Amino acid sequence: MRWVVDDMTREITHHLTDALLMGYAAGALPEAFDLVIATHLSLCDACRARAAGFEMLGGAVLDEAAGPVAPLADDSLEATLARIAEGPAAPAAAARRDPVLPVPLAEYVGGGVEAIRWRRVGMGVRQAILPTSREARARLLYIPAGAAMPDHGHTGTEITLVLQGAFQDDDGYYARGDVEVATEEVDHTPVADFGEDCICLAVTDAPLRFNALLPRLAQPFLRI
Amino acid sequence: MTAGERGDAEQGASWVRQVRLVADAQDRAAFAELFRHFGPRVKGYLLRSGADGAMAEECMQEVMVTLWHKAHLFDPSRASVATWIFTIARNKRIDVIRRQRRPEPEELDWGPEAGPDQADILALQQDSARLGDALRQLPEKQRTLIEKAYFGDLSHSEIAAETGLPLGTIKSRIRLALEKLRHAMGS
Ligand SMILES: [Zn+2]
Ligand SMILES: [Zn+2]
Repeated sequence: MRWVVDDMTREITHHLTDALLMGYAAGALPEAFDLVIATHLSLCDACRARAAGFEMLGGAVLDEAAGPVAPLADDSLEATLARIAEGPAAPAAAARRDPVLPVPLAEYVGGGVEAIRWRRVGMGVRQAILPTSREARARLLYIPAGAAMPDHGHTGTEITLVLQGAFQDDDGYYARGDVEVATEEVDHTPVADFGEDCICLAVTDAPLRFNALLPRLAQPFLRI
Repeated sequence: MTAGERGDAEQGASWVRQVRLVADAQDRAAFAELFRHFGPRVKGYLLRSGADGAMAEECMQEVMVTLWHKAHLFDPSRASVATWIFTIARNKRIDVIRRQRRPEPEELDWGPEAGPDQADILALQQDSARLGDALRQLPEKQRTLIEKAYFGDLSHSEIAAETGLPLGTIKSRIRLALEKLRHAMGS
């Protein structure tokens, strides 16, 4: 999915790109990307304001006289008023606030950190794959303090959001709320900071490319 | 502010009043006015995003039902009515046409304030008007691409296939359009 990659001016930031925020506002991204973006917006007022700008652009496009206008069914208004008279749908129960998982993520986990169903993937690292549509995959990663993720490259786009602790790679230091957007050009070995075990949400739209033999062999089984 | 922007801002403020009338008085006339303006636009949006006629009509009605029931939650200091309706229609499209869940950010805690500030509401409506005007001023090709990004549910590569333009041109055109819009918004 080329949408999300701004490869002409790849800048290292700890925030989301315009292309991602516009895709989120337009509703054009895979569910897993929407999830990591909604989670970052819950922690970052600057990107939330930029996302609101892209939603405003959507409103302007919708309102444009030149936009698509379709004739309604003859009884459209009456039918709508009849549905209104049936009353509102029952509201969904709001997720409880959790100190580590913002609400959109807690809704996918089905609770707070204690509800995550971790699976060991070796070297102390654990992961939990979240249920999203198949175009892209969202997984939570648990990396013990000081431990490294296997060195890997990317065949598509990977967005990593830190929820607890911090990690470091060649491009920078990422703490709670920070995102790293990695693309095909990036090869990295994220290492968790020594202070605290690191929990991240990582989203990919294509398999990672591992540079060491062992993780490459394990890849089909770990689904990463 | 240009005359066109002033007119748009007034129209925006008038939509805010209609939504308030729906929220506070279940006013059917105000709802009908919103329906006549936004209903055909929402339906057009859904048609262009891949719904067939019956589904677009059905989803449009659901969007307008949601507008009625959630009118009391609309905050005119954070969005114009058009933007608010766009987000409801977008989420309906993701739910019904793409069959995906739509994760939304955590609600902000606004603290003890009673309600949105009048100055904030006015500023927001003026920003929306300026953006609408800037969108109209964009060169045709750039505007079409922005519309496709929002309406057509197209990726950059699909846009390229449809228009026969190479990918780099598309990306720089969208970026150019965004830069122009940002410049027009004075940031
Ligand atoms: Zn941010
Ligand atoms: Zn990576």
